[in-house]
Amino acid sequence: MTTIKLREGAPGARILGLGGYRPRRRVTNDELAQTMDTNDEWIQTRVGIAERRWASEDETLVEMAVAAGGKALAASGLAPDEVDLVILASASLRVPIPGIGPQVAHRLGIPRPGAFDLNAGCAGFCYALGMASDAIRSGDARNALVIGVERLTDVTDTTDRSTAVIFADGAGAAVLGASDEPGIGPVAWGSDGDQYTAIEIAAGSSTMTMAGQAVYRWATTKLTETLVQAMERAGVTAADIDVFAPHQANLRIIESMAKKLGFGEDTVIARDIVQSGNTSAASVPLALTALLESGEAKSGDLALVLGYGAGLTVAGQVLRLP
Amino acid sequence: MPSTADIQAGLAEILEEVAGVTAADATPEKSFTDDLDVDSLSMVEIATAVEDKFGVAIPDDELANIKTVGDAISFIEKNQG
Repeated sequence: MTTIKLREGAPGARILGLGGYRPRRRVTNDELAQTMDTNDEWIQTRVGIAERRWASEDETLVEMAVAAGGKALAASGLAPDEVDLVILASASLRVPIPGIGPQVAHRLGIPRPGAFDLNAGCAGFCYALGMASDAIRSGDARNALVIGVERLTDVTDTTDRSTAVIFADGAGAAVLGASDEPGIGPVAWGSDGDQYTAIEIAAGSSTMTMAGQAVYRWATTKLTETLVQAMERAGVTAADIDVFAPHQANLRIIESMAKKLGFGEDTVIARDIVQSGNTSAASVPLALTALLESGEAKSGDLALVLGYGAGLTVAGQVLRLP
Repeated sequence: MPSTADIQAGLAEILEEVAGVTAADATPEKSFTDDLDVDSLSMVEIATAVEDKFGVAIPDDELANIKTVGDAISFIEKNQG
């Protein structure tokens, strides 16, 4: 019998470079209070957001993804033709056909990579990171580009104070390559499809609704075990974590998770939500780039990341910052 | 089975820890949102703490019907054990 040959893989994968794109327009809570029944104190107390970025017309999903992907490529030191896999995570494409991964890859000058879109809601980036890491380890890809990009304002009723104050726009990206020492731990992922209506664009609607209490309860009770699983699978404990960067959905969820996991005093907690709002699949890479740019996190730090959102879906892993 | 007074005291402890409500304020007629300034997310935290402490389940649709401290006490009494 003829045997099927496999490609030679790598012992591990790691992040070689990160990049982010934040839309130009800052929208403060005071600005929102002019058009809807809300105020700065109400928003800060409930979700912890002070301002967010809303994309302008020319800051399309493709343009933002190209900008973030280009920065991640530059940071990685790789040439575009060294990348052979592109996974683009987004939940806010208004036109589902075609997916935009191939177009973004083309714009970045990456010649004919495997390229596709992935929709796992706000967990998309961490799902894509896990799949790209596995592709490198198996040898199916040498280097991969993973992008999370959202224009949530396209699918948000900007007059609905329960969602308009939260959702925002942006893009974040990571370039992954092979490494002898693993720089990305095993993914811990899961889903709770019984709660599929908790975050949805209902049939016939064009905007998203969120059952805030249900999502908050799910995030603050069930997701601790995913985080613990990600650490256990990577063979690390909370005391080893230098940086905790969960999806930036709500500052109270971030604080609750951090408290439950019991990190050390020196662990840096990502609170990019304060300046960026909830950017769904873009939030984890944006938070990581912000911490590296500010110097709060540094190259070589061990980070615990987690994405979670519509589906409901969740995925997280331990990784070494580039 | 704990008495109503025990439940009220246990609930008051949770309210103090989660929302900073003093025990003297946590009387049955008080509305969580209108009188005690407890927001919808803190209500979820109170519900999960009540679930842990009293061994009851409070689904979100039931939680929506719990408006006052008294509502919470009677829910716990009815659903315990």
